[in-house]
Amino acid sequence: MSNIAKAFADGKAFIPFITCGDPDMETTAAVVRAAAENGADLIELGIPFSDPTAEGPVIQGANIRALQAGTTTDRVFDLVRELRKDVTVPMVFMTYANVVFSYGAELFISTCSKIGIDGLILPDLPFEEKEEFLPLCQQYGVDLISLIAPTSENRIAMIAREAEGFIYLVSSLGVTGMRSEIKTDLASIVEVIRENTKIPCAIGFGISTPEQARKMAAISDGAIVGSAIIRLLEQHGKDAPQYVGEYVRSMKGAVVATN
Amino acid sequence: MTNPNGRFGIHGGQYIPETLMNAVIELEQAYNHYKNDPQFCAELTELFNEYAGRPSRLYYAAKMTADLGGAKIYLKREDLNHTGAHKINNVLGQALLAKKMGKTRLIAETGAGQHGVATATAAALMGMECVVFMGEEDTKRQALNVYRMKLLGADVVPVKTGTATLKDAVSEAMREWTSRIADTHYCLGSVMGPHPFPTIVRDFQAVISKETKQQMMEKEGRLPDAVIACVGGGSNAIGSFYHFIEDEDVRLIGCEAAGRGIDTFETAATISTGRVGIFHGMKSYFCQDQFGQIAPVYSISAGLDYPGVGPEHAYLHDIGRAEYVAVTDEEAVQAFEYLARTEGIIPAIESAHAVAHAIKLAPTLDKDKIIVITISGRGDKDCAAIARYRGEDIYE
Repeated sequence: MSNIAKAFADGKAFIPFITCGDPDMETTAAVVRAAAENGADLIELGIPFSDPTAEGPVIQGANIRALQAGTTTDRVFDLVRELRKDVTVPMVFMTYANVVFSYGAELFISTCSKIGIDGLILPDLPFEEKEEFLPLCQQYGVDLISLIAPTSENRIAMIAREAEGFIYLVSSLGVTGMRSEIKTDLASIVEVIRENTKIPCAIGFGISTPEQARKMAAISDGAIVGSAIIRLLEQHGKDAPQYVGEYVRSMKGAVVATN
Repeated sequence: MTNPNGRFGIHGGQYIPETLMNAVIELEQAYNHYKNDPQFCAELTELFNEYAGRPSRLYYAAKMTADLGGAKIYLKREDLNHTGAHKINNVLGQALLAKKMGKTRLIAETGAGQHGVATATAAALMGMECVVFMGEEDTKRQALNVYRMKLLGADVVPVKTGTATLKDAVSEAMREWTSRIADTHYCLGSVMGPHPFPTIVRDFQAVISKETKQQMMEKEGRLPDAVIACVGGGSNAIGSFYHFIEDEDVRLIGCEAAGRGIDTFETAATISTGRVGIFHGMKSYFCQDQFGQIAPVYSISAGLDYPGVGPEHAYLHDIGRAEYVAVTDEEAVQAFEYLARTEGIIPAIESAHAVAHAIKLAPTLDKDKIIVITISGRGDKDCAAIARYRGEDIYE
C-alpha cells in the first residue's frame, strides 16, 4: 500500500493545505504538527511560487508572504526533513511546474522521495503534459496526483484510469478560495471516476465549513481545505497553530461523521 | 512550423489547469476548421482590408537611409493600422473565431494597452462584451489607452498583484477564464500561452510578412537582407519573420527590451538573460531566479515588460534561425526621437527598440543591402511617458 493509500484506509480523509514559510518556517512546522495531532489524514505542503495562477487572493497572499520571508525550495526540503523526525502522516507537495523544472526535475523528485514526500500536485500540469515528470515520479516512488475539474467531462475516464495516489477533484470553476455554495454535480463526476479507478478521490476548492466538508466527504473519499486554513494564519500569525489544530479537529469530525 | 502536439522544438505545450483543457481543445478544433473555411477567410480579409486598413505600407525611409549611410531602410507601417498597432490583426481573427464558436464575451490582458484597445474595438464592432485586465502600474503609464478602452465600452480591471504589470495581467486573465469559460473567449494578445495560442496568433500576424515579401518583390525585385522587429511576447516579430523563415539568406533579428541594461536586474531581455522554464501555459525562456521564481522584470516599454517570450522565438533562437539582441531604454528613447525628427514618424516605444538596433546595424552594411524594420505601433500613447523620461512633465 502506498503511503497515500493509508490516508484513506480508515474512512473519509481530511486534507489540510498549508503554504510553507507563511509567516515563517517555525510556524509552518508547528501548524503541520497541530494538524497531524488533530486528525489530518494527509497534509498538502505548498511550496510558494511567485505567480500562482490557479490560486485565489487568499493563497496568493500566502505565497507572497512566504517568499518575502525568504522561503526557498531548499528551505522547504529542510523543513520536511525536520518534520519527518516525528510526523508520520502522509505528506504531498503542491506547487507549480516551474518550481520542479527549474530545480532540476530529477534532483527535485529524488529529494522528495528521500525526505519522505509521498506525492506531488502540480495544478499547471494537465494529463497531456504529465510525461514531463511522470517517469521520474515513478522511478522514485512519488505519486503524481491527477486533477479532475467540473469541465473535464469526456476526459474524466482517461485521467482516472492512469491516476496515482488519489484523485484531486476540483469542486468548482475558477481558482482556489472559499465559496458559500458549491453547485457542481460532483456526485455524477465521482461516479465516472469510480467506474475507472479504485484509487480514492478527494474534493477541494471552495470548502471552508464543517457542513461543506461533510457534504463533500459524503460523496467522495475526503475533503481538501486550503484558503480557510490560510485565513487562520493570516489572522493569527505565529499563534495560528492552536487555531489550526482546533479547526482541523472540527473538520475531521465532520468528515468522519459521514462514514 | 508547429508540431502536432503544440511544440516548437522543446518549447510550447499546454501547461494549464485541467479546468481549461477542454476550452483549449475546443479552440484548437474550431481554429483548425475555420482556418481553411473560405467564408471565414473571406470575412477576415474583408475586416483586414476595409476595417483595419490593410495592407499596411512598406515605406522607403530615404532620409534615414541617407543619414545612416549604409543599407537601404524600409519601414513596415503597422502603426498605420486602425487602432494604431499590429495588435488588431490578431484580435480581428480571434474575435471572428470566437463569434463563430458562439462566444459572447472577450477577455484580454494588456501591457501597453494596444492589445486591450484592439480587443475593445473588435468587441464593439462585433457586439460582444469585453473585459480587459491591465497591471495597475501600466494603467498609470498608459492612461490614455485606459480611457480609449472604456470609451469603446470595455471594462478595465486594474491588476494589483505582483509587479502590477503585463505578467500579472496575463495571470489574472487566466484566472478569470477558469471561472467563466462557457460564454467567454480569452483573446490572448501575443504568441504565447498554451497551445494553440502561439500558433493562432502567429497565423493571424503572419499577414505582416506575407505583405512585406510581396511589396519588397514589387519595389526591389528581391528579398530583404534583414528583417528587424521588437520582441516582448513576440507577436509582431513572429508575424514579421514568418514568411521569411524559409528564406535562409534573410536575417531575422528580434530586439528585446534591456531596460536599464542586461547586466542589471532592471531588464526584460528574456532570451539574453533568462533560462528555460514553464510558465503561463508554455515551456520557453523566462527571467527567473535559481528556484524558478519569476523575476520582476523592467522596461520603459509596457508592451515589452514581460518575463517570458513566445515558444516559437525560443525555438528560432535554439536552432540559430533568428538572432535576438537587447536594446536599452536610453537607446530606444533616442531612436523614438530620431525617427520622429528624421522621417516624421513617431513610433511606439516598443517599435523604437527595433529602430534603435537598425540605427546600429545599417551603417555596418553596404548600400546595396536592404533592411526592413517593423514599426509595430504608433507612439502617441508614449509621448507623456517619454517626456517624463526626459524630465519634462506634460499633461495628456
